[in-house]
Amino acid sequence: MRLSEAWLRSWCNPQADRQQLAHQLTMAGLEVEAIEPVAAEFSGVVVGEIIAVEPHPNADKLRVCTVNVGEKEPLSIVCGAPNAAVGLRAPTALVGARLPGIKIKKSKLRGVDSSGMLCSASELGLTESASGLMELPLALSPGEDFRTALALDDYAFEIGLTPNRGDCLSVAGVAREVGVIQRLAVEAVTANPVAATITDSFAVTVINSAACPRYLGRVIRGINRDATTPLWMQERLRRSNLRSLGPLVDVTNYVMLELGQPMHAFDLDRLQGGITVRNAKEGERLELLNESEINLTPGSLLIADESGPLALAGIMGGERSGISATTTNLFLESAFFAPEAIAGRARSYGLHTDASHRYERGVSPELPAVAMERATALLLEICGGEVGPVIACSSENDLPTPPTISLRRQRLEKLLGMTLDDGEVTDILQRLELQLQSVDTGWEVTPPPFRFDLSLEEDLVEEIARIVGYDTLPVRPIRSAQEIEAQPEAHTDKGELRRILTGQGYQEIISYSFVDPKWQQKIAPEREGIVLSNPISADLSVMRTTLWSGLLQALAYNLNRQQSRLRLFETGLCFVRDSGGEIVQEERISGVLYGTSLPEQWAVTAKEVDFYDLKGDVERLLQHLLSPAERVEIDFRVASLPALHPGQAAAVIYQERVIGHLGMIHPQLATQLDLPPRVFLFELQLAPLLMGTVPRFTAISSFPSLRRDIAITVKSEISADKVVKCIETTAEGLLVELKLFDVYAGEHIDSGRKSIALGLTLQAESRTLTDDEVEALIARVLKQLEQELGANLRGE
Amino acid sequence: MEQLTTIASSAEEEIASCCELKALEQLRVNYLGKRGVFTEQMKGLGKLSPEERPAAGQAINSAKKRVQLALEAQKERLNQVALTARLSRESLDITLPGRREAEGRLHPVARTIERIEALFSRLGFRSEEGPEIEDDFHNFEALNIPESHPARAMHDTFYFDQHTLLRTHTSPVQVRVMEQEAPPLRIIAPGRVYRCDSDLTHTPMFHQVEGLYVDEDVAFPDLKGILDQFLRHFFERDLKVRFRPSYFPFTEPSAEVDIECVICSGKGCRVCSHTGWIEILGCGMVHPKVFDMAKIDKERFTGFAFGMGVERLAMLRYGVNDLRLFFESDLRFLRQFR
Repeated sequence: MRLSEAWLRSWCNPQADRQQLAHQLTMAGLEVEAIEPVAAEFSGVVVGEIIAVEPHPNADKLRVCTVNVGEKEPLSIVCGAPNAAVGLRAPTALVGARLPGIKIKKSKLRGVDSSGMLCSASELGLTESASGLMELPLALSPGEDFRTALALDDYAFEIGLTPNRGDCLSVAGVAREVGVIQRLAVEAVTANPVAATITDSFAVTVINSAACPRYLGRVIRGINRDATTPLWMQERLRRSNLRSLGPLVDVTNYVMLELGQPMHAFDLDRLQGGITVRNAKEGERLELLNESEINLTPGSLLIADESGPLALAGIMGGERSGISATTTNLFLESAFFAPEAIAGRARSYGLHTDASHRYERGVSPELPAVAMERATALLLEICGGEVGPVIACSSENDLPTPPTISLRRQRLEKLLGMTLDDGEVTDILQRLELQLQSVDTGWEVTPPPFRFDLSLEEDLVEEIARIVGYDTLPVRPIRSAQEIEAQPEAHTDKGELRRILTGQGYQEIISYSFVDPKWQQKIAPEREGIVLSNPISADLSVMRTTLWSGLLQALAYNLNRQQSRLRLFETGLCFVRDSGGEIVQEERISGVLYGTSLPEQWAVTAKEVDFYDLKGDVERLLQHLLSPAERVEIDFRVASLPALHPGQAAAVIYQERVIGHLGMIHPQLATQLDLPPRVFLFELQLAPLLMGTVPRFTAISSFPSLRRDIAITVKSEISADKVVKCIETTAEGLLVELKLFDVYAGEHIDSGRKSIALGLTLQAESRTLTDDEVEALIARVLKQLEQELGANLRGE
Repeated sequence: MEQLTTIASSAEEEIASCCELKALEQLRVNYLGKRGVFTEQMKGLGKLSPEERPAAGQAINSAKKRVQLALEAQKERLNQVALTARLSRESLDITLPGRREAEGRLHPVARTIERIEALFSRLGFRSEEGPEIEDDFHNFEALNIPESHPARAMHDTFYFDQHTLLRTHTSPVQVRVMEQEAPPLRIIAPGRVYRCDSDLTHTPMFHQVEGLYVDEDVAFPDLKGILDQFLRHFFERDLKVRFRPSYFPFTEPSAEVDIECVICSGKGCRVCSHTGWIEILGCGMVHPKVFDMAKIDKERFTGFAFGMGVERLAMLRYGVNDLRLFFESDLRFLRQFR
């Protein structure tokens, strides 16, 4: 809601200055979001009358105007505006005037003297744009100070109203609120009935009276087509950001702004038969005033005539019956539509109008009659004409009955945490025009018809709180929790996992949960993304099925910005459908790795990252699951995933379930995404990583341990974990640690074979191992390795 | 006798001029070894008469002692020299940087959420999460926002179908918690939320932290107390905080909370639209209809809920001037949050 301060003060004029008034409104819940001057700063501008227009000798588009500015001698002003014409009155900046950004000087334009400037509305900061000189009414005399004539030393208040305060969507409504806050009298919302001068009526039938409990109409004939909207009205409309569109539309808009009642004017001569207020039928269509044609949904409330729909009730009029430059006879509508009949309707058609905005929040059923008289009086004043009687259709039973709400003293105190004097409560409620009756426990309260937002006890509590002032309500010291919250030790915090990664040089990113379907299709063709029905753009239209979509995008973004070493990670949900079509939202932690394994530095020789750098990082994330007793539960298996290089891809297995993948980007994918080839990726389900174990002490052996190293050769395709498992099984009981410390293939090793060196730390719990025992064990291990995996002792 | 003194003196000279530990050892052997000068001298004692022997023995011993002392002193000196040489040899340029991995950082939004969680956890507020693809019931209906409610228009919802959507706020988490747990409840729910809006000051995804406190005697002054303290601690400043009436369908009374502009300290600047105040969060007492929907006894229990935009808090806290930076993943931005 935007309104001018001067207009507001004409209804209720508190002593408070502009800033204080704005502050009081804000603190009462009517947030004043901005206070803006209604015109730019300027001086030296007067009303000028063009008394002669001559062509410019040297320029086709310029003209030389003779302008009467109330002085003895008229001025000669060169002007390029297309509407400069004899008789036109326009704001005229005299020599010496200061306009926004310029100072007017005597000058020569293409060789012709110009003593001043004829102005457009935008040049004076009245409007954003203008197509020509601002045309002023003839009532203004040449030489009058323009600023004073238009009372431009005024400010517009932009009030951000919450959806519950539909009653403040008018000057009268805001004034009423000011009156409540300031304990001031407010101009009453009344209008004297305009006596009918003709008997013309028009048939109105309300079929859906539940949706339209009250419908008022009136015929006005013979209005003056040439009438123009008076300047004061144009100015008030402009200061509320409404364009002047001729007196008929302007009057209905003006009354809506002033009183809050949306109105509609039909061209009487374009109506066929009587008006019917009814629901839309299947297949009906309506061309709206905004020139769009809509298919009406059955159930939408319509204003119709014999030939079909005329208007979407309470939302927008139709093109067919709209007023135009040729309209001389009017049918004026002022109705009460039930909020529930309008709510959501406009949005369902993609519309939002000043009328629907008000109706869906609730317009007082008392208002249509007042607004009808006010609009009639204004129309007569501006355009003349003959007025018919008010045609009123009211269904008393369908009119809303304000509820009776019990307000308990004890409840009020419980919610506000303070005691209020009965007298104060009564005073506040009465100032708000609520009717009340005292009862033992408190009050029985009935809100006024314009307050659709008050139906519960809590609503009244809020009303009292906001008038008392939220700032006045007490602050209670914090009472902390009475009980200690359980803190399961085996649970790993998500933050801890994130810090493991940051400690390894990974930077956290947050990317959008919706991604480009084309990009994601390349990365994870095996998974189908869930598609948004109203995406903000095509490249953000499908939910991510993998965090790699965002991470690879971030990688590309930073590579394009001269970054050469990148480690990024993200945690968040991925979205897929399970086989039954249900949406699964799984939280994952994923990363991307590219560049050298350590940042460039003097003490380390640069090495490109490889699979094992990646795997090491992943292992550290898994460390909670890798406690010695449990290490068998984590397994890395060769995996095949479209995004990954088939020879450098692993699945992470925990308790026989795949909980993630890691590997090098598939070279083809790298090419498709225009990324370098050596990009490494991992993605893990978060939930398993958050489960850990509580440590359990085991006795430390007091006997010495000893270490034996062995080097064996096996066929190249034998994986290291087979060798490790074979040794662990064979040496079980005595083996306390096994270190795989070297893998080698090449010179001195048969082709097709590789050498693996391992250190076995052996220890018995209750005795010192003898050399013979150890030699026997090593021999057993070697024999088992040979039998199971065809391993040879290296060098044999 | 004379001779012994001469021997000792010349030995001392020799020792003093020796500058290698090896040569010094050789000198020790020469003088004090089994076949050394003094051993020979001692052997010569047998040729002397018993009367002469003590004096001669004493003379030998004292000469020997002189040599021993000289040897020890020189050895100590040489060790010292060697140590000094070694230390100097082993000196490094300690200004060269250490060998290390470069630390990564948490995203400023994640960091802000952690801070908020830490502050509220001191008051017993537990963190909860909820789904981001939500149903219409939890996102709207259960929060007293029926289909036709004007507030729906303010939510710019992303839909998958008529009933499935991306949550527009973190408030559905409070509904889910109330469905499953009985009061007393103290939770906060941080997370991603989505609105179909994108311009200079809006991104289609952002983060909120929702809070909910339900107990037998929770009143508006508790809400004021907790949020007031939270904001002061979050900004680590003695800020002015004001509560003003507002409207949310799921709270009543409702309030919007403003803080004194942290950029201009309330004097008025571009960031606060020259009002001196910055809108920072929305809150209110839990609406009775929300309690009804969650089947919580609204007569017995009262509660409050609040919701704040994380990016806005982070921008004000760290002076970030462009919301979109949070989601561009530009390392030059992200690395600034040490």
